[in-house]
Amino acid sequence: MSARTITFTLNGEPVSTTTEPHRNLVELLQQFGLFGARESCGQGLCGCCTVLVDDVAVSGCLYFAVWADGKTISTVEHLDADGALSKVQQAFIDCGAFQCGFCTPGFVLMAQQLLKAHPDPSDDDIRHYLSGNLCRCAAYPEIIEAVKRAAKAAYVSEKINR
Amino acid sequence: MNQVGRDFPRLEVRAKVTGRAEYTHHLRLPGMLYGKVFRSTVPHGRILHIDTEAARKLPGVHRVITGEDIKKLIPEPYYGPAFHDQPILALEKVRHVGEPVAVVLASDPHVAEQGVQLISAEYEELPAVYDEVQAMKPDILVHEVLKPAGTFADLKHLKDRGGTNVALDYHLRRGDVDGALAKADHVIEHTFKTQQCLHVAFEPFVSVADPGDSKLTIYTANQSPSFVRIEIARLFGWPENRVRVKVPYVGGGFGGKLYIKLEALVAALAMLVRRPVKIALTMEEQFYVITKHPTTFRIKSGVTKDGRIIARSCEVHWNGGAYADIGPRVAQKSGFTAAGPYDIDNVSVDSYEMYTNRTPAGALRCFGIPQLVWAYESHTDLIAREIGMDPVEFRHKNLLRNGRPQASGTILKDAAIPEVFQALVKRMNWDAPFDRGAGILRRGRGIAIALKAVISPTTSVAVINISADGSITLFTGSVDMGQGSDTAYALIVGEVLGVPAEDVRVVHSDTDVTPYDMGTLGSRSFYHMGNAVRLAAEDARGKLRALATEAGLPEGTNYPPVEIFKKRYGMQAGNVIGTATFLPTYSPPDAQGLSSNVTPFWMVGGAGAEVEVDTETGHVRVLRLVNAADCGKPINPAVARTQLSGAAIMQLGFTLSEAMHLDGGQVTNASLADYKIPGMADIPPIECELVTAEQHNGPFGAKGLGESGTFGVSPAIANAIHDAVGVRIMELPITAEAVLRALRAKEGRPLDDE
Repeated sequence: MSARTITFTLNGEPVSTTTEPHRNLVELLQQFGLFGARESCGQGLCGCCTVLVDDVAVSGCLYFAVWADGKTISTVEHLDADGALSKVQQAFIDCGAFQCGFCTPGFVLMAQQLLKAHPDPSDDDIRHYLSGNLCRCAAYPEIIEAVKRAAKAAYVSEKINR
Repeated sequence: MNQVGRDFPRLEVRAKVTGRAEYTHHLRLPGMLYGKVFRSTVPHGRILHIDTEAARKLPGVHRVITGEDIKKLIPEPYYGPAFHDQPILALEKVRHVGEPVAVVLASDPHVAEQGVQLISAEYEELPAVYDEVQAMKPDILVHEVLKPAGTFADLKHLKDRGGTNVALDYHLRRGDVDGALAKADHVIEHTFKTQQCLHVAFEPFVSVADPGDSKLTIYTANQSPSFVRIEIARLFGWPENRVRVKVPYVGGGFGGKLYIKLEALVAALAMLVRRPVKIALTMEEQFYVITKHPTTFRIKSGVTKDGRIIARSCEVHWNGGAYADIGPRVAQKSGFTAAGPYDIDNVSVDSYEMYTNRTPAGALRCFGIPQLVWAYESHTDLIAREIGMDPVEFRHKNLLRNGRPQASGTILKDAAIPEVFQALVKRMNWDAPFDRGAGILRRGRGIAIALKAVISPTTSVAVINISADGSITLFTGSVDMGQGSDTAYALIVGEVLGVPAEDVRVVHSDTDVTPYDMGTLGSRSFYHMGNAVRLAAEDARGKLRALATEAGLPEGTNYPPVEIFKKRYGMQAGNVIGTATFLPTYSPPDAQGLSSNVTPFWMVGGAGAEVEVDTETGHVRVLRLVNAADCGKPINPAVARTQLSGAAIMQLGFTLSEAMHLDGGQVTNASLADYKIPGMADIPPIECELVTAEQHNGPFGAKGLGESGTFGVSPAIANAIHDAVGVRIMELPITAEAVLRALRAKEGRPLDDE
């Protein structure tokens, strides 16, 4: 399969690389040493591979690498680029909203997006919005708490947009 | 400041929320090859021919390896913690669908995957056995010969039960069951079943082996690195120190990533091709590695008219699948408590670990206990109904209390059974009026309680290094899968040595530097390793004092360590190394299956559930789930609570939705699309109560609790359904269809089978 050169913005920096048509976004990010998006179920059902493409969360395992051409890609690694954790990340820590941590980056990114859409979410909003992310350690009650805590902490929406 | 007992975030929180935590999943080494596995498509068959030619010719394929190639490197390539029954790659026979038969190696995993598609194999198909009870008939034999491993002290008695499918049978005889049953006013018998389900860790099985020049290094997502080291060394005929096993953070274990999974395979491949090899399974492949035992449990009780259980007989068949893995321990260990947390004078237990042609079964969050509790707490509820007694009152009357002998003969000590039960009853507000619903939506509530004996006897070793500036590093073989073991040990070290836990550095699971640990399993770590860590810290403290004396510092003064080192060595130099080994006492069961000391500590857990049943569809909504467990004195209550709640939600999945479906030995729902684990929208309001007690021999009074949250969930829900609509579900999972079928059968208009 023939390689293609693609150019895109990755965590605020313009980048260019070659990739092949059968590779997915998770593999592309690995080329850049980014491992926060993780392929687990391989079917877009668990949310471990969540990546923001032009500010919209996608399942990196179902998103072809070549589609990144011309896009703006943000990963969990970008959230603390200035050295400070995002409000959502801090709230996940404060509420103990994970155990093994494998699914956590996906939840954090999806929760950031949730709070942009619903700055003051109800429990139902949270359950609905995050139903595409799974946590086998089942830290769900703590995740709900964390999202509410982050909302209360006067969430600043530009954090993800840098 | 007291360290132990404070709510303390895990040490690794920042690495986890930023996506930078290290998992084997991420690892790649220079020159590394990826292996993809060609698996058996038949459940039982003789291998006639494996055609690898087309795969070998595929551009980019480095090599294709079969079992015969492995045999040239390792003449006896069989592994396992109970029996050496599992070949690294299939030899002569395949025994379950999905068994690894060949591996394609390539620098690009996609090429390796394509290579696998080009392999074909021919088998002479043999009849297969899938059911644990049918496997008692010896007409289909999964294994012709069995070689006991002789590794673990509690499984030393295993032997080849030639001509059967029995891997282990455990029998307990206490008192006179037949005599007591004859005298009982009520004799009540039921048979309960559980399904095959699995761990579904989100970091699927993954291992990397680097052959090195004089030392083989294995990086792996594994819960028992010391076992991996010993077993790989045994396979190659090497000393232990030629194998290094490193485990970074693990993305979920739950008992699945124990003993050998991919480690022997990547090690053999790396040695064959002299390059690093990585195998990372897909979610689908996980369904063919290790599962939770399906069971059939026949339970019979004799009860007096005033509600005392005077006899109980338990016959449990465990479906261990094609390879024993740790199944024999599951069958034996859980056998000790198969009769439940009750004071019963006459008990018999017959527990059989069976080979079948399914994916192997091993440990999954509690070594078989949830399967047993499902049966005995459903049964207990049914007895109470039959004799017309409130299920809470009936249990109160029969609960086992400290100071009384448990069925195994071991005297119960530090087991807060009545306290946990009372906590549940209180939270459930059992004596208050309850809204039972109306019309098509009916409500009910149920309760369940259970007891577990921990895995024994097992060893943990800890090492503590105090550097010359006074900073402290702990070396431990425990694997942190999110349960917070690193953090708990840091709290212990901090407590003993008088420093904040956040200043303690924990180095985990690198067998070149971390000492032996039996494994992170069965809620044993905190008790065993926790004790070793405490003792090692005390050893270091004593040695530091001795160093102060050597340095001529007056006794009883409190010099900071940095001053002591400086005084003794004239500069910032030297170390103090504290170490300790912890091995509790244990008496193996005698010919009657009895022992005066079967466990160093008991675990107690229970659940209460309120449900609403839609009588038109059979749909069950859990309105409220209450969980309580004896956690001794919790070291880190915040983490302990999440452990309980996580365990309960996992068990909720095993109760309501999770089941592997088989067709001719093939799993037909091997994906998260068709195998439904709980998501955020599925969880009920959940309350968890840590019942604080004192474990006299636990580290600072604490005990393990990673599994206690699972115990009561399934029967509490079944009991609540019965309370709501008067039907009894005898088999897990409790799907809407199962409930609807039971409702329709009760109404005398049963649904058709298909």
